[in-house]
Amino acid sequence: MKYMLLIYTDPKLAAEMTEADGEALMGEYFAFTQAIVESGEMLGGDPLQPFDTATTVRTFNGERVTSDGPFAETKEVLGGYYIVDVADIDRALELAGQLPGCKRGVDAIEVRAVAELPPDMMPG
Amino acid sequence: MTEPNATDDTQLVAFERIHRDVSGEVLASLIRLLGDFDLAEEALQEAWVEAVRHWPDNDVPTRPGAWLFQTARRKAIDRIRREQRRDAKHDAAMVLAEQLHPDDDLEQAEEDGPVADDQLRLIFTCCHPALAREAQVALTLRTLGGLTTPEIARAFLVPEPTMAQRIVRAKKKMRLAGIPYRIPRADDLPQRLAAVLAVVYLIFTEGHTATGGDTLVRHELCGNSIRLARLLHDLLPDEPEVDGLLALLLLHDARRSTRERDGSVVLLGEQNRDEWDRVAIGEGTTLLERALRRGRPGPYQIEAAIAAVHAEAPSLETTDWPQIVMLYGELARLAPSPVIELNQAVAVGMAEGWPTALLAVERLGHDEPAMADWHRFHAVHAEMLERTGDAAAAVDAYARAVELAESSVERSYLEAKLASLR
Repeated sequence: MKYMLLIYTDPKLAAEMTEADGEALMGEYFAFTQAIVESGEMLGGDPLQPFDTATTVRTFNGERVTSDGPFAETKEVLGGYYIVDVADIDRALELAGQLPGCKRGVDAIEVRAVAELPPDMMPG
Repeated sequence: MTEPNATDDTQLVAFERIHRDVSGEVLASLIRLLGDFDLAEEALQEAWVEAVRHWPDNDVPTRPGAWLFQTARRKAIDRIRREQRRDAKHDAAMVLAEQLHPDDDLEQAEEDGPVADDQLRLIFTCCHPALAREAQVALTLRTLGGLTTPEIARAFLVPEPTMAQRIVRAKKKMRLAGIPYRIPRADDLPQRLAAVLAVVYLIFTEGHTATGGDTLVRHELCGNSIRLARLLHDLLPDEPEVDGLLALLLLHDARRSTRERDGSVVLLGEQNRDEWDRVAIGEGTTLLERALRRGRPGPYQIEAAIAAVHAEAPSLETTDWPQIVMLYGELARLAPSPVIELNQAVAVGMAEGWPTALLAVERLGHDEPAMADWHRFHAVHAEMLERTGDAAAAVDAYARAVELAESSVERSYLEAKLASLR
């Protein structure tokens, strides 16, 4: 089953990290990604550019409205994601817990199964 | 249509008992076989309908569980074949259906009954952390507790459609989020078992607390949770916390008949100890001793130990309060919580005097802002103020308790205390 691991970070907590902390975190992410690539569980994933560089698009009264900033003004913001292919939710939850930011108590990870479309509805 | 008669009624009662006793294990094995919660439940339902039609004229089979299992399996295969569609899920189901042989000798089928492990899988799955606690409780009661949705709704004072929806959503989540049907790995077992024990304990507490509503249904909950705890005890013989939970439930349940009179709470000190169930107390104490000998103490064992101290005491005054204070201290170390600190303060009051206890309670109120919203905290605080002679402050505290009380039974008790002081 495919799952998306959505990484939500508290920007205040992230800002409190020292440069050394930040580098250590990067190293841990590298190791994490390496491990799931080797296990064959990694399907994809990216860090995202900082939340204050986000732009939101909506349609309002039939007109497209573009605004600066992320979709929701929440404390935690989406910082990145992984897509993994694992047997069931238990492994997905285990991986989520192993994510470096989560282990440090800085990130919350939302785990969502990818809805599998029937073959005749898949593009391409 | 034949006229209902006495034989029909006895039969109905007998069938209900069979249903309650075996449907959990049959369902558990069906889910393993079919890999689908809903399909298994519907198949079992259909099998049950056939049983009720078939058994009266042909005698109840010696192994009703195996009969139901085989019948449900046949029904499920029929359904899979009927609903044949061209997508991956049903291809897999068709492969499964082809592997099963519905025309087996019934004798052979009798051998192929439910497997004990399946119930463990089922209860761990119902109590999976991805499900909300109230969903865990509802699913556990539905599948292993043998209760219907209306019964569960009544027991938890929730409208039936709400409870039905809760169960539907939980099953949907199980399917769509990929919650596996299996016993957790050894690494995960402690945490997962703790969740299962918490659910069973929650069911018991709901039944045990006199908070109004249908008393009969609530007694059923106590019986249900004890049955579940016994099932866990049979399936997990090496887990002392499982023994601890069963002991705790038996020791609490032994006092049940004396806890309420005429819709009012009867406090521990006023309960008629002659009416406590000594057989249940004996069983609970034996279980507890066996658990403690394993040398792996845990919260349920300690709570059971506290309940055992009470159960063995001839009266409130002659209870070994210092022992209880010590046990609460142990409990607080393992599973710290304000509830435990409050209970310990009461024990300190009985063991060492009320001024000391009052200090502890006031410190607790100061350290834990959440106490301000809890009726029991104010009730305990009020009683200690009363006992140390501060009637005016006691009145205020009782008034707060009355405002926050959650049940009419508790409220009337607190109002009576308030009135006695004014």
